[in-house]
Amino acid sequence: MLHTPLISVAAVVCASLLLFVTPTNWITWPYLLLLGSLLLVHLGNANRWLKLGLAAFATLVVVPLVGAENGALMNVSIMVAINVALALGLNLVVGFAGLLDLGYVAFFATGAYVYSIFASPQAARFLPRVFESLPMGLPGDWFWLFLPVAVLAAAGAGVALGLPVLRLRGDYLAIVTLGFGEIIRILANNLDRPVNLTNGPQGITPIAPPALFGMTLGKAVHFYYIAFALMVLTILLMGRLADSRIGRAWAAIREDETAARAMGVPLVRMKLPAFSTGAAFAGAMGMVFAVKQTFINPESFTFMESIVILAMVILGGLGSIPGAVIGAVTVTVLRMQVLTETANWLTRFHLPPALNLAKYQPLIFGLILILMMRYRREGLLPARRTPVDIDGLGGVGDAARGARGDQAVRRTHSG
Amino acid sequence: MAAGFWELLPQVTVDGLMLGFVYAMVAIGYTMVYGVLEFINFAHSEIFMVGAFLGAEFFLVLSKGGLLAGMPHLLVLLLGLIIAMLLTGLLGMGIERVAYRPLRGAPRLVPLIAAIGVSFVLQDVARAIATAIHGNFVTGVPSLFPGQAVALPGGLSLSVKALLLVASSILMMGALTAFVQRSRAGKAMRAVAQDPTTAGLMGINTDGVITLTFFVGAAMGGAAGTLFAVQYTAVDPYIGFTLGIKAFTAAVFGGIGRLPGAMVGGILLGLFESYGTAFLGTATGGALGAEYKDVLAFALLILILIFKPSGLLGQQVAEKV
Repeated sequence: MLHTPLISVAAVVCASLLLFVTPTNWITWPYLLLLGSLLLVHLGNANRWLKLGLAAFATLVVVPLVGAENGALMNVSIMVAINVALALGLNLVVGFAGLLDLGYVAFFATGAYVYSIFASPQAARFLPRVFESLPMGLPGDWFWLFLPVAVLAAAGAGVALGLPVLRLRGDYLAIVTLGFGEIIRILANNLDRPVNLTNGPQGITPIAPPALFGMTLGKAVHFYYIAFALMVLTILLMGRLADSRIGRAWAAIREDETAARAMGVPLVRMKLPAFSTGAAFAGAMGMVFAVKQTFINPESFTFMESIVILAMVILGGLGSIPGAVIGAVTVTVLRMQVLTETANWLTRFHLPPALNLAKYQPLIFGLILILMMRYRREGLLPARRTPVDIDGLGGVGDAARGARGDQAVRRTHSG
Repeated sequence: MAAGFWELLPQVTVDGLMLGFVYAMVAIGYTMVYGVLEFINFAHSEIFMVGAFLGAEFFLVLSKGGLLAGMPHLLVLLLGLIIAMLLTGLLGMGIERVAYRPLRGAPRLVPLIAAIGVSFVLQDVARAIATAIHGNFVTGVPSLFPGQAVALPGGLSLSVKALLLVASSILMMGALTAFVQRSRAGKAMRAVAQDPTTAGLMGINTDGVITLTFFVGAAMGGAAGTLFAVQYTAVDPYIGFTLGIKAFTAAVFGGIGRLPGAMVGGILLGLFESYGTAFLGTATGGALGAEYKDVLAFALLILILIFKPSGLLGQQVAEKV
């Protein structure tokens, strides 16, 4: 019954209507309903185009319209888009290639700082001679040029760290990436002297919003569309990567390094692209985050953030693209809305402030990690293996659908 | 920044040694668990933190009851250590039972992720409890052995607290070494570390040994926490995090899985960090200083893992397939 297209349409439309009519301070709940209806659409068996149409309607029409009047909702939606891309990027590293990266937020910080240093008054503090005539730093038109720069900077940081440490065994790699994340944060915190690169703990503000053909894209709705476009691009790229030759090499490494090497998969040469590609996505989203906040400082890039992104990936399911999406959406909405709203609602019972739910984030995310590892390791939406039709690759078509033994025999003969 | 490097040297050495003994005590917990299970107990740093809180709360209770002034402080310290060690030991055992044992045999990253979860839970619970008791999660520790110091040649003096920290660490590490090398249980522990399956076939209760390992490792971490609280007079829920990474660095430095390695590695790392920071400060005229001490330690960790992952005292072991 759940699987008729009609139900999908009805769910999205009803949730959208509810979102329009609900008063501002209760908006979280219809918003959750809308997200839930999109999950329903994803799981249902409607036509592919109908699914896409419904998702586009909800995310590109309904959310911006409601968000125009509700800044908090818009803000959450932007963060959802950013976090989905981050979770997908980390999922590439941890889920596809099996490399536990505990310092992922460092690459996010790299992207954010690369743009912010030059597109803010910080530019004049960092390089006073060069930016003499630009007290506010580069104008927002440079945003588009900096997008590939941030991507390359983050990927470069990924290569620089990955090259020496990717030889290490999995759990050592985790600790080293953690140390690297902390190093980046400490550097950001202290590089206000001898050369003022990051302005230390005071952070950098105001960061120039992107501009296009002389039009400043400084409104929340602009950030939303930019973040959303990058998120969609990330999802598309992830799908292609997962099924690519290198994606299969990653899966082999993840399942058994020794066996993969024995089969001729070059370990470091395959791990390095995983590490740096994952980092690249974080770099791009770091820039979006910086322009959205118009202010960044090292506080936004703590170890806790790396763990929250990891919790998104694990909640959704390691290696699963829809999983990373749903994990990111759930965790972001939980963090930014559900926890605070529930806490506000609980205040009417005059509980002591120590019981404020919103303060218990580390506890909640810690429990998510433990419970998922114990009871549902594959996540909420587990990764599905797409069977590859080896003979089909050569043009034989569906012939290889038969039993495994069959397949093997035919492969040896046709090869 | 008038003081030259050489004038600072004695003080820097003492600071480094004290830090080093704390690292060594915490590193023991990492290395023991790694030796037996080949698993990085990420939550061990938070056990250290809990130990620091337990010691601090015990001293606070005594001080509020007016007992602290009337009791010999050596006895107070001893009681504090025993309480902290017992409770953290039990905590370590409990964590293993609840969070790690059900995951045994799973891919390597699975228990590691669970351990990260445990460490966040412990941190937040400690924060909540400390906030509920004191209204603030930073907890001040009553001063033990106030103002008592031992004069050293050369016009230097060493506080009794510092001396006791070093002395009790040495004592406990000695006792632990004797336990592992001489006792029946220690022998079983070494057997399980070498080969758990064969040890099991020889009639050793592997689960029992693992529980014991967690108890002993956690108790050492808890003792380190209490000594840390006495020495540095303030504890908060976040002291474990960086200290834990450094203690792990120490364990790797010395050769993970090897008890003497953890001890040597810890002391060397403490000295390295202390000297490195002082040197950086004087060499750059104060432009760079203490804020980079964590960077030094983490960079050392990365370098060791790249160039000598087996550590100073460890031997290269082929990976079991």
